[in-house]
Amino acid sequence: MATRAAVSRVLRPVASASARASLSTTAAASASASKLVGRNALLSTPVARVSRSEAKFLVGAEQRRSASSDEGVQTMTVREALNSAMEEEMLRDETVFIMGEEVARYNGAYKITKGLLDKFGEDRVIDTPITESGFAGMAVGAALSGLRPVCEFMTWNFAMQAIDQIVNSGGKTYYMSGGNVPCPVTFRGPNGAAAGVAAQHSQDFCAWYGSVPGLKVISPWSAADCRGLLKAAIRDPNPVCFLENELLYGVSFPVTKEELSDDFVLPIGKAKVEKEGSDVTVVTHSKMVTHSLEAAEHLEKTEGIKVEVINLRSIRPLDIETIIQSVKKTNHLVTVEGGFPAFGVGSEIIAQICESPAFDFLDAPPERITGADVPTPYSESLEHMAFPDTDVIAKVLRRHLCEW
Amino acid sequence: MPSPCLRPTAVTTKYALSRRSAGTGAIIIAYRSLITGPPPNITPTHHTHTTPTSTPLPQPVPLPTFSPPLSAFAQAPPQPHTQDGKPLYVPGGQAERAARAGRMSSPLRRGSHESWWSGSMGWFNAVAKTIPTYRVLDEEGHLVKGAELPELCYAERWYSCFRLPSRYRTMTLIPIVDNVLYQSQRQGRISFYMQCAGEEAATVGSSAAMLPGDEMFGQYREQAALLHRGFTLDALMSQCFGNVEDKGTKGRMMPVHYSSPELGFHTITSPLATQMPQAAGAAYALKLDEDRQGDCVICYFGDGAASEGDFHAALGMNSVLGGPCIWFCRNNGFAISTPIIDQYAGDGIASRGPAYGLDTIRVDGNDTLAVLSAVREARRRAVSGKKGVLVEAMTYRVGHHSTSDDSSMYRRVEEVKEWSVVDNPIHRFRAFLVSKKWWSEPEEKTLLAKHKAEVMRSFGRAEKLPKPKLGEMFNDVWGVGKGEEVPAVIMEQRAELGRLLKKYGDVWEPWRRERKRFVEEGEDVMDCDGRGS
Repeated sequence: MATRAAVSRVLRPVASASARASLSTTAAASASASKLVGRNALLSTPVARVSRSEAKFLVGAEQRRSASSDEGVQTMTVREALNSAMEEEMLRDETVFIMGEEVARYNGAYKITKGLLDKFGEDRVIDTPITESGFAGMAVGAALSGLRPVCEFMTWNFAMQAIDQIVNSGGKTYYMSGGNVPCPVTFRGPNGAAAGVAAQHSQDFCAWYGSVPGLKVISPWSAADCRGLLKAAIRDPNPVCFLENELLYGVSFPVTKEELSDDFVLPIGKAKVEKEGSDVTVVTHSKMVTHSLEAAEHLEKTEGIKVEVINLRSIRPLDIETIIQSVKKTNHLVTVEGGFPAFGVGSEIIAQICESPAFDFLDAPPERITGADVPTPYSESLEHMAFPDTDVIAKVLRRHLCEW
Repeated sequence: MPSPCLRPTAVTTKYALSRRSAGTGAIIIAYRSLITGPPPNITPTHHTHTTPTSTPLPQPVPLPTFSPPLSAFAQAPPQPHTQDGKPLYVPGGQAERAARAGRMSSPLRRGSHESWWSGSMGWFNAVAKTIPTYRVLDEEGHLVKGAELPELCYAERWYSCFRLPSRYRTMTLIPIVDNVLYQSQRQGRISFYMQCAGEEAATVGSSAAMLPGDEMFGQYREQAALLHRGFTLDALMSQCFGNVEDKGTKGRMMPVHYSSPELGFHTITSPLATQMPQAAGAAYALKLDEDRQGDCVICYFGDGAASEGDFHAALGMNSVLGGPCIWFCRNNGFAISTPIIDQYAGDGIASRGPAYGLDTIRVDGNDTLAVLSAVREARRRAVSGKKGVLVEAMTYRVGHHSTSDDSSMYRRVEEVKEWSVVDNPIHRFRAFLVSKKWWSEPEEKTLLAKHKAEVMRSFGRAEKLPKPKLGEMFNDVWGVGKGEEVPAVIMEQRAELGRLLKKYGDVWEPWRRERKRFVEEGEDVMDCDGRGS
């Protein structure tokens, strides 16, 4: 029963539009798409956003909805990357379907599932009643029965109401069933601090789900990360928690032709060295990659410090080998994350490095840069201080190297 | 003049918690002054983006004036509003039917399918005065007036003589299994057990109504259903001992957490009611799968589980999204020690079915034939309508909740005795079979003796079998796709255990003894490169 591949006419898409077709938009289509930029890309969400810094990668005004070949460089927003990844996987595998609150008619609270209802119909893009434990459990049950559900949470903060299904059932059933019943479900949604939404909407769950054997946890940064890893997550035989960042949804990233191809899949459990350097290793993930890269660039320009920035991509399995190699080269380790400090991703990485042969290469105690150890405050000025940004990272890195 | 703005002048550390600042815990924020005057004219930062995010709503329509429209005078209002001073709508009356005819035309009526306008305040707290309990046999096994015997087997009539006693066989087998395993827990031979006593009819009857292709989600007290479905005694015993033949859980799950994909029986999960949304998901999968049209899901749960949020989540999901699913509630009167009067104030679990728009029945859970009949009809409705059906089986938990429980602390022993004597599901079914001349005392004696022998043989065998390979501890944590490697963290742990076994496995007495209990005596993890089966 579990192994039975569900092949049904019901599961076939209503319109057989290929994902590539939607990506290579015509001039007219991209013109109309650019009209939607202000509304959909940045402000389609229930909350108003605040751009915190003049970040290089947060180019809100110039971002595009879809891949375009203006000036010879193709760019793609994270939102578009996620959308295209799901669409391609749904075309590729009839057992893939999407469920969650408002994912169908409303196109998702953050418009990640835009257009999918029209393409695949109501049986494969499902608006569920507002019960997180209900639809997360349904997704687990459907996965146990041979389908590959993608379960969207409006935010991971709300997935707390379904955490039993994710951890106790999703994460453990394969082991508990003697390896007989896999649970290939993908849970996805925005994670971490957004802007101006206070304590109950601003929390990073990487450490939570990362601590559970049986779950795979992904925290992507760029459009390519999102495309390659979401496709990998959907194909993976395990339950995967795909932790996106709301503030990155509207951000454009350059993408290569290869990254746009239908077959582009990134391996889960492999980190990426985003910038090579020789002086200090910065290990980071999600939106903090942006800030770390900016800080690295700033330090290189002003002080000639060469920072190596590692984008973790996967929290679990953790690619500790890449970090070890990097630390052996730079002899310094600083972790940067948007979560709380205690028992966090940074804590785990530093602990593992201290237990590894790389410990002997360290010239200074490794450091964590994290969010403040308080529930996220609403007030803009306080919220601003509650999370690391480019300045803070640059300051800590400089001190780490120069003042220690 | 100091600015009243709450702007820090020197933010030396901000909130970036480096190891050092975390160590001192000092976060230095110097404010210039307190707020002393009116708030400064600072541009708000959170809500500066005023781009509309949705289509503006239309302007509100002005309220009508109090003078009635002229049309009200032009024709007389319809008369039958009151008849002999009775309220506006009498159910079934002319006015009600007239009102019902147009009830769905108003957008305000959406979401309530049988409602109509009424001028009288009609409070209610039940959809029916009381929900009847369906039964076929009374306590002594006589056919109840008006009841019909169910078709005694599905397709082949000739089979009935075998089928019915086969149900009875399972029902008589389970108390013996329960007794042996319960005692073995008391002797410390297994860690945990849960008895089915008192609920044999509910579980076997419902299981008998299901077909081989169906999926089953158990709560934990459904071993009788599983046995009736074809789970062997050896497989059951092996699971409870977690030995090498425990194919379903490979010794990784505590006793009674059975799993049998080939019988469509999903792995039992310990947290209460988590199986319910999963059953809704499985039902949805069946609905989508063209090859499995005609298959059905049955999900067991107890009266206590129905208080969990997952119960409501599951019924809500299933009723809205559809999928053939039988929600089978074993209302056995207790959630561990909590009696049903402390569990809910409404009319049982059945009253909740209509709230979710589900076809619902309450059935005598100690009457095998009634359960069989009801679940068979439930299955028909579920499959033909691709929807959920709720069955509440009223029964009584004769045994303790589990081996961790002593029910004499919260209920009288006499009460339990009374149930097992006066309303015993096995006795009732036997009386029926005997009255039909399908069963006799000699047959019963032979059967019980055979059961006992089989159970003891299977028990002894399962206990003596070795444990699975030690390496199984590390397998199946993550599924490994083609061309993928087992995550390093698993390999490392495996290698670590192998290294320790090599070092101490032969010289440290406790380990030397323990190793012998496992297949291959731990050799499989001692290859040290962490690989293996």
